[in-house]
Amino acid sequence: MRYVLLIYTNETQDSQMNEQEQGAIMAGYNAFGEEYKDKILGGDALLPTSSATTVRVREGKTLSTDGPFAETKEQLGGYYLINAENLDEAMQIAAHIPGAAVGSIEVRPVMEFD
Amino acid sequence: MERESTPSQQSTDSQIAQMIERTFRQESGRILATLIASVRDFTLAEDALQDAALAALQRWPQEGAPRQPAAWLTTIARRKAIDRLRRDATLARKQTLLQEIATLEAQVTGLWSGGATDDGQDDAATFPDERLKLLFTCCHPALALEARVALTLRTLGGLTTVEIANAFLVSTTTMAQRLTRAQRKIHDAGVPYRVPPAALLAERLDGVLAVLYLIFNEGYTAMAGDALIRQELCAEAIRLTRTLLDLLANEPTLGDEPEALGLLALMLLNHARRRARVDTHGDLVLLDAQDRTLWDRAAIVEGVALLDRALCLRRPGPYQTQAAISALHAQAPTAAATDWRQIALLYGALARMAPSPIIELNQAVAVAMADGPTHGLALLDRLQLDEALSHYHFYHAARADLLRRAGRLDEATASYTRALALCQNTIERRFLQRRLRELAGR
Repeated sequence: MRYVLLIYTNETQDSQMNEQEQGAIMAGYNAFGEEYKDKILGGDALLPTSSATTVRVREGKTLSTDGPFAETKEQLGGYYLINAENLDEAMQIAAHIPGAAVGSIEVRPVMEFD
Repeated sequence: MERESTPSQQSTDSQIAQMIERTFRQESGRILATLIASVRDFTLAEDALQDAALAALQRWPQEGAPRQPAAWLTTIARRKAIDRLRRDATLARKQTLLQEIATLEAQVTGLWSGGATDDGQDDAATFPDERLKLLFTCCHPALALEARVALTLRTLGGLTTVEIANAFLVSTTTMAQRLTRAQRKIHDAGVPYRVPPAALLAERLDGVLAVLYLIFNEGYTAMAGDALIRQELCAEAIRLTRTLLDLLANEPTLGDEPEALGLLALMLLNHARRRARVDTHGDLVLLDAQDRTLWDRAAIVEGVALLDRALCLRRPGPYQTQAAISALHAQAPTAAATDWRQIALLYGALARMAPSPIIELNQAVAVAMADGPTHGLALLDRLQLDEALSHYHFYHAARADLLRRAGRLDEATASYTRALALCQNTIERRFLQRRLRELAGR
């Protein structure tokens, strides 16, 4: 089964990390990517929500606003697309993402179309 | 097929109907577990089982009841599941469904000795007990706690949706939606249908025990409404915990689990007091006033034996500790003979294992019994800062009781009043009102 692991962390706290802490996080993600390379189908880190634009089309008009779709306590910072046997395995992989220790990882099954 | 029925035929029919209902009640958990293992779909399994029950109602009066009713129902239910899948195959997902049908058919034909009829040729041994898988699946952490409770009671407890809705004071529609959503989540999110592997087992077992404990507590102390004890929930929780222990004992890689033993001990020891907890007027009887001759001695003996077995495994835990406290109450011949000092020590140990203001509250009550109300109040005053307790009626009732015994009657009245304002249980309210009247009448 395919799952998307959505990584939510508090951007303000993230930005307050010093170089050493940031280095440790990077190393953590590299190690994660290496350990689960057989399960990871894709994924990216995202630039912070300050770089986001939200687009909505209502009654034929395109409305764009600066920022993420909603203000939230934790913000989407990245994602992985993985292949896992079942939810237990997906949850176990999610728990190893460095962001899980400080933020939240949402585990969402991918909708498969025949 | 319509036919004339004589009175004796009618009585046989109703006997058979009763037998079907009895088989259903006792065996539906086991049958469902096996069906879900085959079809991996809770709704399909339930529907197929209903189809099989209907078939039984039609055929057993004519053909006679089979030697192995549960095996018969399982076999027929599997065929009915195939029929249902075939009907659905005309819709989307044709490919996957035909795959599932093929697997199912292989399972069904593999069991038959080739006879023309499909009566219970299969004995119970061909259907391994899948209930442990079902229990762990129903209690999976991906499901909301209330959903785990509902699903466990529905599939393993054999309770109807209406019965569960009534027990938890929600509408039947709400409960039905809760069950459907949980089943869909299991399917959509890929919750595996299995006993968890060794690495996950300890934490998942904790989850199962938590669900069973919740079911018991719901029956033991209703938060609102008239019934102080909902005995059927307690009995169901006990039955399910027994089943869990049997299933664990039969798994080659598992064995005696001390906390599971402790939980069953705790349930039995508490449940033993059920006949003494409410008097003939329907009022609450406190532990120290209960008629101990009404306590279920057999349940106490069994509870204590289970606790001893658990403690021999030398892996203490919260359920064992709570069971030990309950055992001390159960074994005291009179209220005055209760070993409150030991109970206070056990609450202290419990508080260290599972820190909670409620446990510390109980510890304060025990300390008050052992050393006097002033000592208990000293502990309670330390707890006063806890936000959660200020809304808990039992905290104020306990505080009121200690103040009353310490002679601080105005403060006691204030605390009883506060407790009454927060309490929703009819029987407990009556008790608090009585205390207030006693204080006012002084």
